[in-house]
Amino acid sequence: MSGKRIVFRNARLVDPASELDVRGGLLVENGRIADLGPRLFNETDPNDPEVIDCKGLVLAPGLIDMRVFTGEPGSEHRETLESASAAAAAGGVTTIVVMPNTDPIIDEPSLVDFIHRRAAATAKVRVVPMAALTRRLAGETMTEIGLLLEAGAVAFTDGDRTLANAKVLRRALSYASGFGALVVGHAEDPDLSDGASMTEGEFAMRLGIPAAPAAAEAIVVERDIRLVELTGARYHFGQISCRASLDAVAAAKQRGLPVTCAVSAHHLALNELDVGSYLTFMKVKPPLRSEADRAAMVEGVSNGLIDVIVSSHDPQAADTKRQPFAQAAFGAIGLETLLPIALSIHHNGRAGIGHVLKAVTATPAQILSLPGGRLARGAPADLVLFDPDVPVVIDPAQMHSRARNTPFEGRKFQGRVRMTFIGGECVYDREGETKT
Amino acid sequence: MTLSPDTAILRSSHLLGIEGLSVGEITELLDLADTYVALNRAAEKKSARLKGRTLINLFFEPSTRTQSSFELAGKRLGADVLNMSVRTSSVSKGETLLDTAATLNAMRPDILVVRHSDSGAAELLARKLDCAVVNAGDGSHEHPTQALLDALTIRRRRGSFEGLVVAICGDVLHSRVARSNIHLLSKLGARVRLIAPPTLLPSDAARFGVEIFTDMRKGLAGADIVMMLRLQLERMTGAFVPSTREYFRFYGLDHAKLALAKPGALVMHPGPMNRGVEIDSAVADDIEVSLISEQVEMGVATRMAVLDALARGLAPAGRNAP
Repeated sequence: MSGKRIVFRNARLVDPASELDVRGGLLVENGRIADLGPRLFNETDPNDPEVIDCKGLVLAPGLIDMRVFTGEPGSEHRETLESASAAAAAGGVTTIVVMPNTDPIIDEPSLVDFIHRRAAATAKVRVVPMAALTRRLAGETMTEIGLLLEAGAVAFTDGDRTLANAKVLRRALSYASGFGALVVGHAEDPDLSDGASMTEGEFAMRLGIPAAPAAAEAIVVERDIRLVELTGARYHFGQISCRASLDAVAAAKQRGLPVTCAVSAHHLALNELDVGSYLTFMKVKPPLRSEADRAAMVEGVSNGLIDVIVSSHDPQAADTKRQPFAQAAFGAIGLETLLPIALSIHHNGRAGIGHVLKAVTATPAQILSLPGGRLARGAPADLVLFDPDVPVVIDPAQMHSRARNTPFEGRKFQGRVRMTFIGGECVYDREGETKT
Repeated sequence: MTLSPDTAILRSSHLLGIEGLSVGEITELLDLADTYVALNRAAEKKSARLKGRTLINLFFEPSTRTQSSFELAGKRLGADVLNMSVRTSSVSKGETLLDTAATLNAMRPDILVVRHSDSGAAELLARKLDCAVVNAGDGSHEHPTQALLDALTIRRRRGSFEGLVVAICGDVLHSRVARSNIHLLSKLGARVRLIAPPTLLPSDAARFGVEIFTDMRKGLAGADIVMMLRLQLERMTGAFVPSTREYFRFYGLDHAKLALAKPGALVMHPGPMNRGVEIDSAVADDIEVSLISEQVEMGVATRMAVLDALARGLAPAGRNAP
């Protein structure tokens, strides 16, 4: 952590947790936020080397992305922790929560330790691993949840796999509840969605692509909620994508169950028609949904029933995407487009900027019990400075991820990261980058 | 205290569980067992209480410890003891059990001791046979003589059960020992706590009127007696708990965890132990705290008391005479 003192002046301070949105300054000491407020540093000399003049840009807590796949260990050609963290820093993401779907699978305390060590040695941003919920992600026997927690796993998930056996899931949830551990589920009935590449409907029919109904997701969401009710475990849906799932989650929350959910940025910004003429970069898991479902997801973020927005960053090599649609790999990168897509809900007048940012900062921090995600005295100085309004055109050539499979190439959004800080240390500076 | 050898102790002609026993019946059984502890420590260990009687040990599940304890108890009381170990055919368990019952009935035993993997098996035999039946463990239901011997062990150390905090730790879900002990200790006025991962607790465990803990460190705080349960090998590999090393880390009794209990707390285990799984050898072998050997000794005396009590209900000439 940086021992030095940094002064941010002339910033638009936005803290979603405290609903703060005010012009002012912020002081960082020893890697933590020491002070902030509207009257801070109004008189500071802007030429002082330790002063950053924010010129009215938004200074907010760095983003926490709860769903990031990398290729490390095992598929480093797709993405390493280092390259993912570079993409994260450029996207204003200061904490990435990495999935256990690697080779080897993160289902052992020593492998959780490996992720921490590799991240400490190579990553620019904070890396927080989730561990597997079942050994080898096979859905048969639970992992050592207690020992994995002690090793530093932040939650338990089989990543993009659905645990098919309800009895195994019940026991895993029950066991996890004894430790107060968070379980993160993926909702896609493995039998109904077997072989499917799109959402069942007119468009998939016309393309002749094997498809699964959106109900394949809702069925699992409803089942998992029943099991949460039986066991009392804390449960988070890694991502939902259709109205039926949202209705089920809303009803569960109404009943007071400890359930939260996320939506991916691409399910907010894209629908099944974006597949167009078999664009494999639009092939994601779960598949893009109907426009009605997409609109329901935006509505869910607006009204707060959807707690979190994630990138579902899933880097794929070109060779696995340059395939006939049905054979192409699932997945889209998203770390560098998460902020502009989240902001689009604000720009479209569907929610205030603080409300949108909350879904990528304070709420994930709260769900995962992480110290960041807020502007508060004593909090780690993980910060993002961004221009919320500047128009941008997404250009894969300027991205930092090792993979290029963004579904947003050429799309226009508003919002660009200017600088990113981890513990007060600048890990991304757009101006410095464009100069070199 | 000495009881007249003819005074009836049990209302029932069988001992199928603790749940149906009164505090008076339990206390008298423990008093009688105390007299047999003295006898067992004497050079001449023989009594003639069961002279002429036939005791059959019918074990559908292997159990060296319980079976030999009953065998010794029967022999010291002068009975003829027959051990039958039966491997159950998984195809037709029910039929086999009733067939066996008919066969046994024809041999005219006076007392049948039965161990079976299915809950309710002892009760079924009691209905079909003309002799007294002792349940030596049925499925996940009851194991009354284990609870009685545990109570005898505690009473001889602590004198009374009133207000005693007893923490029962481990696989409560599958444990007949736990169920019998919960009934017995609660009846005698002890405060019972259950400590286990949620996967090894029945979901309605609180209905037993006990306190539930999933954090062993919290559950042990202030405990007078720590009663460890055996974790069956097949339950350690993922279905109920992820691994033996994780189980030992969070639910295995070692000196560090025991230090959280009341000073002078005593440790019990029904055996056989999984060392390094539910109990650390350093605790199991610590004569300052471990009552485990004492439990085995009390087992023989308790079973003698149970056989004696049941013999009092048998007709002098054999009530099943034609």
